[in-house]
Amino acid sequence: MSAEIQTQMITVEIMGKQYQVPDGMTVISTMWYTGHQLTRGVGCLGGVCGACATVYRNKDDFALKVGLGCQMRVEDGMSFFMTPYYPAAKPNYRIEEIEHPKEELFKYFPEALNCRNCNACNKVCPQDIDIKGAVKDAVKGDFAAAADKALSCVMCGLCVSRCIAEMAPNMIALYARRTWSVFYATKHERLDMQMERIRSGYWNDEWEKIFALDEAGMKEYCKSRR
Amino acid sequence: MDPLLERYLGVIEVSRKHRMAQAVPLLRDQEKEALLAAYHPDYKKEAYRPIRFGPNAGAETVHELARLLEADSPLVAKPANLSRADYEVDVLVLGGGGSGATAALAAKDAGASVMIATKLRMGDSNTVMAEGGIQVAVKEDDSPIQHFVDAMHGGHYKNDPRLLKVLVEDGPFVVDWLDSIGVLFDRDQDGNLKVKKGGGTSRARLLACKDYTGLDMMRVLKDTVLNEPAIQIVEFAPAIELLTDPSGAVTGAVLQNLDVDQRIVVRAKSIIVATGGIGRLHIQNFPTSNHFGATGDALPLCYRVGAPLAYPGTFQYHPTGAIHPEQMAGLLVTEAIRSGGAHLVNKNGERFVNELEARDVVCAAIIRECAEGRGIDSPFGRHGVWLDIPVIDAMNGDGVVHRRYPGMVRKYGRHGIDIGKQPVLIYPTLHYQNGGVEIGVNAETRVPGLYVSGEASGGIHGTNRLMGNSLLDIIVFGRRAGKAAAERAKAVGFGELTINHLDGFHKAMTDAGVTPDAVSPMILPDYVRRPDNAGNLPG
Repeated sequence: MSAEIQTQMITVEIMGKQYQVPDGMTVISTMWYTGHQLTRGVGCLGGVCGACATVYRNKDDFALKVGLGCQMRVEDGMSFFMTPYYPAAKPNYRIEEIEHPKEELFKYFPEALNCRNCNACNKVCPQDIDIKGAVKDAVKGDFAAAADKALSCVMCGLCVSRCIAEMAPNMIALYARRTWSVFYATKHERLDMQMERIRSGYWNDEWEKIFALDEAGMKEYCKSRR
Repeated sequence: MDPLLERYLGVIEVSRKHRMAQAVPLLRDQEKEALLAAYHPDYKKEAYRPIRFGPNAGAETVHELARLLEADSPLVAKPANLSRADYEVDVLVLGGGGSGATAALAAKDAGASVMIATKLRMGDSNTVMAEGGIQVAVKEDDSPIQHFVDAMHGGHYKNDPRLLKVLVEDGPFVVDWLDSIGVLFDRDQDGNLKVKKGGGTSRARLLACKDYTGLDMMRVLKDTVLNEPAIQIVEFAPAIELLTDPSGAVTGAVLQNLDVDQRIVVRAKSIIVATGGIGRLHIQNFPTSNHFGATGDALPLCYRVGAPLAYPGTFQYHPTGAIHPEQMAGLLVTEAIRSGGAHLVNKNGERFVNELEARDVVCAAIIRECAEGRGIDSPFGRHGVWLDIPVIDAMNGDGVVHRRYPGMVRKYGRHGIDIGKQPVLIYPTLHYQNGGVEIGVNAETRVPGLYVSGEASGGIHGTNRLMGNSLLDIIVFGRRAGKAAAERAKAVGFGELTINHLDGFHKAMTDAGVTPDAVSPMILPDYVRRPDNAGNLPG
């Protein structure tokens, strides 16, 4: 959209080069504003797909930090670059072939036991997930707690990049979440009831009535039922 | 505090008590129609023109889409070598979002060899952003009939009833399937699926994973696909042209490798187009909630091989897109917040529409407030109205906002805004294409071998989709497309790879006196600031 911008200009550094940009933009809009063409590193632009991991350093700060480029506001003096791909390995498993999810966790993720409590994964997580806690929950067999902690994980893999025990905490949490849902979460009688009704043609007479209606009849029918 | 908010906080807080006691009546049909006609973007005549040739010749659509439908194939300027195929598969799925992943899994389950080609990474899609939920009738007081009635009413009675019946009746089975692969829907106290109320519905039937429903679905679907070595995935390779045999059946596609200058030719017995919607066309200059690749590629690709479109002129503008702070522009504020009791408030501190009206009505009301000078301007030149979220806590007790909407709390929290305490500025954002490629109940098009599922298809939702029906439709028709495409693959052999369909397309173009001024599909929007492209702000 076209807009007249009424804010101050700030100076940022992209891969070592300085640029002037209006205050209040994200990393990605700053890339575009400064003339960079992007194909990788941009995804949903809504902060949930994890495609736009960005490494940055603030003015007068020693620490290297990471964040999601579509969500992060650039600040004066910030230096950054985008890391659109991280070649992490993934163990393959089929949910339908798993029998004992809590034991098989260690078959697919033997390194899950190796956490050394360094907390690097928690510090790096752009979603503020207690991902270390989620891995520990999974190891203890408390998949419900792991599932709950990992709800907002966007699978950006930044935790994998920092883990000194060389594990993929996000994948462990996803395994726990998926298997918790399939094996342990409560089932739903109401859903079964609805499926049974549909299978047995419980509403067939009503459908027949509906499909015999003309447009005016359809309107009248729908309005009368709402 | 944010200076803009500081200026208005008094007005919002002083008026809150009065607003809490106020009942804003729902509009009568005539009032709704008058409001839509005056302010909804779909009713703005100068934004529309007839499509001049092809299967929908004479039908009206917005200029942005008409231009792409009448544009030429990239293979005209730079032909592809069709003498050999880089890949041969039973089923080629275009698109790596929720519907593409589902279609691929269904096709694989039906015994087909499958390849997914996607423009961005697998899963980087609109699905992943869906917050509110998936609409399925699972409660005692609800039924597929009731779901049908609501969707038909919401869709202004333009829905294809056959498609809608399939949508609502497959719903419970789809939830069962998603549950079986590990999507974790919220439960209520007795352990059953928890349902929430969505805008425009007569029953509470939204199933959700808090406000991360699409994220959980996409994460699980993607993981399931990645765990199937039999499904090949090629990322950063959008389709730029479909290929046909002399009979007109679809037999393959040409992909463009976005990393290097290379075309990829795929031969397939069936093709499922699940490439999503059009937000990045920024129709009528609206900001969009859509992902970076949502440039409506399905529409010109399918149109060129002769597939007609259903309702190509109707779009959904989500009422509550963030417009401030600037770094959040375009981001969606989940509708669950509005259905949870938040107020829409103009600059005078007044409510101006019942927040539970259907999306199109709420949008038109917000646009009216701004057009009549009761909106608020952002420092980046956007305008909108307040969404008073703290009123939810004021009505229900402290902490409710934080418990119910952790995703929204986090997104605003990143920028120092506590939505439990502060209202946010919003404006309608281009969200969804209501129409798309015309399909039948198995996602088949009128072109043999060509299937379309998800947002790229049209007819299910009439001219206005209800909240929660898109997450449902992508899975329902993704599964049907996958199964039907795999069945066809068992019955036919590989076909000849040609672009003969372009001969007919070019003849129709010439007969209509059209000289194309663009090449389509668009593939990616251009936000790079240059002398000829200044002042374009994404969002």
